[in-house]
Amino acid sequence: METFMTIVAGILLTIGTYLVLSRSLLRIILGLSIFSHGAHLMLLTMAGLKQGAAPLVGEQTGTYTDPLPQALILTSIVISFALTAFFLVLGYRTYVELGTDDMRELRGENDE
Amino acid sequence: MSLLHYVILTPFIFALTVPFLRTYLRNIHTGWFVIFVPLVLFIYFASHLTLDIGSTPIQHTIPWIEKLDIHFTVYMDGLGLLFSLIITGIGTLVVLYSIYYMSKERESLHTFYIYLLMFMGAMLGVVLSDNLMVLYVFWELTSVSSFLLIAYWFQRQNPRYGAQKSMLITVTGGFFMLLGFLFLYTMTGTFSIREIIDSAGQISTHPLFIPTILLILLGAFTKSAQFPFHIWLPDAMEAPTPISAYLHSATMVKAGVYLVARLTPLFGGTMEWFWIITVVGIITLFWGSFMAIRQPDLKALLAFSTVSQLGLIMSLLGIGSLALHPDQSMNAMLFAGASLAAIFHLFNHSMFKGCLFMVIGILDHETGTRDVRRLGGLMSIMPISFTLSIIGGFSMAGLPPFSGFLSKEMFFTGVLTAYRTLESWVILLPLAAWIASIFTFVYSMILIFETFTGPLHLERLDKKPQEPPYGMLLPPTILASIVVIVFFFPNLLSYTILEPALRSVLPPAMLGLENGFEVNITAWHGWNTELFMTLGVILFGILLYKSLRHWKGIYEWISPKLSLNHLYDRLLEGGENGAYRITNLHMTGFLRDYLAYIFATVIIIAGGSLVWQNLLTLDTSQNAPISIYEYVLSSLLVITALFVVISNSRLFSIIAVGAVGYMISLFFVIFRAPDLALTQLVVETITTSLFLLCFYFLPKLRKEVERVRLRIGNLLIALGVGGTLTAIGLAAQGHRLFEPISYYFEESYTLAGAMNMVNAILVDFRAFDTMLEIVVLFIAGAGVYTLIKLRQSGRDAK
Repeated sequence: METFMTIVAGILLTIGTYLVLSRSLLRIILGLSIFSHGAHLMLLTMAGLKQGAAPLVGEQTGTYTDPLPQALILTSIVISFALTAFFLVLGYRTYVELGTDDMRELRGENDE
Repeated sequence: MSLLHYVILTPFIFALTVPFLRTYLRNIHTGWFVIFVPLVLFIYFASHLTLDIGSTPIQHTIPWIEKLDIHFTVYMDGLGLLFSLIITGIGTLVVLYSIYYMSKERESLHTFYIYLLMFMGAMLGVVLSDNLMVLYVFWELTSVSSFLLIAYWFQRQNPRYGAQKSMLITVTGGFFMLLGFLFLYTMTGTFSIREIIDSAGQISTHPLFIPTILLILLGAFTKSAQFPFHIWLPDAMEAPTPISAYLHSATMVKAGVYLVARLTPLFGGTMEWFWIITVVGIITLFWGSFMAIRQPDLKALLAFSTVSQLGLIMSLLGIGSLALHPDQSMNAMLFAGASLAAIFHLFNHSMFKGCLFMVIGILDHETGTRDVRRLGGLMSIMPISFTLSIIGGFSMAGLPPFSGFLSKEMFFTGVLTAYRTLESWVILLPLAAWIASIFTFVYSMILIFETFTGPLHLERLDKKPQEPPYGMLLPPTILASIVVIVFFFPNLLSYTILEPALRSVLPPAMLGLENGFEVNITAWHGWNTELFMTLGVILFGILLYKSLRHWKGIYEWISPKLSLNHLYDRLLEGGENGAYRITNLHMTGFLRDYLAYIFATVIIIAGGSLVWQNLLTLDTSQNAPISIYEYVLSSLLVITALFVVISNSRLFSIIAVGAVGYMISLFFVIFRAPDLALTQLVVETITTSLFLLCFYFLPKLRKEVERVRLRIGNLLIALGVGGTLTAIGLAAQGHRLFEPISYYFEESYTLAGAMNMVNAILVDFRAFDTMLEIVVLFIAGAGVYTLIKLRQSGRDAK
């Protein structure tokens, strides 16, 4: 399961990277979103999967899943949400102000 | 702190008061205050002449950076004292001279004197430091102050060019010298010059020995303007004349000579040291004297003359170092004579060259030009200056009854000794020395007679010439008197200055002497080869001077494109263009390119080290079983994500990304992470609705119309990043370096009263982290709000 999930996460990261490298601002934002999904999945997988109950005290079980990666990912989810929201508004305003979302055109004039 | 430490620091400390002097005592020339610094220091150093400094050097240490073996150790022996006397003595005269040379009203005197004092302190630091690192710091500080002083009239272009040139050349050399010092440290384990010299015998077979010699000499040669690094010195003449007299003839350019003399006990006696220094010195002597003749600018003439004289001193030090050669112990005393000549000439050169620079400064000051083609016939108008220039010039040409004659004869003895000992083609040494002396004679004559005799063309001069104020004449007069006195009573210097300094260059113990050297300088040695050489110099010199206009054409043969200056300019230009081109090549301004660099770095460093450290492992033993619906969900996840890549519809793309998010939260459920699943669901819902809110305004997704090459590049980078990160993830499963700490959190109920461990971590164990996370959220929220608000207010304004 872990090997399989790592590869799935790797595919998400690949797709995210590819989108981030593209010209359209919207694609870059979507790419970042997918990239962080991949990262979360990878982080969770690294700690080992399905090796115990959910980390809630009182579950009738001997072992719990590692709670530390979950706490880290929870923080990350919130942060990437904030980032996505900001980027989205930034991209939207860039488009409204400058009339394009193409990174090549946004580079502006050749000033050398 | 000993007194000697304070002596080095005094100029720096006094420099701090100069701005206040300039502000509050504007009516008095700042120089009148500054002059006390070198004067007092000179008296302090002069008081040491009566002590037997040669056999009992002064040494004091302040620990500075002990772990790196860097201590502020001052060490004054004969050599250090000689240099200190020159630095403070000429320094006093130069400050006195500058009071008349630098206008109180027009010039920014405070910067001038601050730089000057900074140089003085740094130069004293160079010659009195025992620690190589401290010496290096002071050494570069002299380069910095020289840079600032050359560019003193920075409004003009030439001083800026000259300053940059001197800085680039001397600092580059200094950098190599630092490398040499580090090599010395590797070999001996200490930075102290004393201790390094004590271990001289042990390091001569070390493989780094020859590279060290080369590196240190590179520093010395660039600083002392030796061929082919001499090109910075003529351009340094853009500095005010007192500075040229002080830094660029008497003191700073002799720092390289000092270093060579100081390290002779260490390296002397090896043939490499002898050959490199002697040959470079002779070439410099020859080339400098040859080039000096063609210079129409009197200061440029003096600059080349300085280059040439430094070459002379350098070659003498090279020959003198043979005294330490094990095979030459029979002739040790003869070679020691060459070292003595070097020290003596160093002293003489500072005197007569300082005097000449000041006379040229007077000419420049009083006539408005120093172009030899415009000057002439000033003898009757400026008789004192004329006399001074005769004394300085004849001394430089090596004529009696001036001190230059004595050291020039000793120089001839030195090169003849080298020839008589080594024979064969070493005959070139005395020959080159002799021809160079003829050129020296010729340019000395040009300097004196083209300026002061011949027809006077008042209309060619900017000002009506007259003798300057006596204060301006006093410093060169003092120097000229020394030049004359030393000729008649050379032995005044023998045991006060020369012999103690010689002891530092050639330690008597190394030569098996018990009581030091016998120094007896006389003007008359009988009819020997040296005297005939001098007579030949005078004879051919007069001939060449008289026929100057017939053979001056040979200078036209040298194409300007072949000159070293041309090479320097090309190198500088090429370096600038190259840097510009390289920057333009990678700083494209495209976000995609910058991201590509970052990703490529990840691939190379992270992926590369994985391969290099052989960490590509696949450990499936711990794997949990996979059920069929997990396969289905994963396939769906990948397909949905891929859909984002190929889709041209923004609506579907946004929905697909939302779908990916929801599927991830399903995975969280499967992986026993209920909090994550809940949060992910909420966040994904908000994000998707945000996307859809903006949907109305967002542009339509166009098909990516990138070139195929670029898309393949992007694909490769993406695959590389994905592959590297997957490999890291897989490797992480096979390795467990540390015990997990998560058992700690299982106590969350007793520790924090929480049933939910993840929540306990967030709000209790790592609460500070969470607080900052909220700050980030807040900042992002404020950013979003501002961006929207700004737009509205902007619209209103329109």
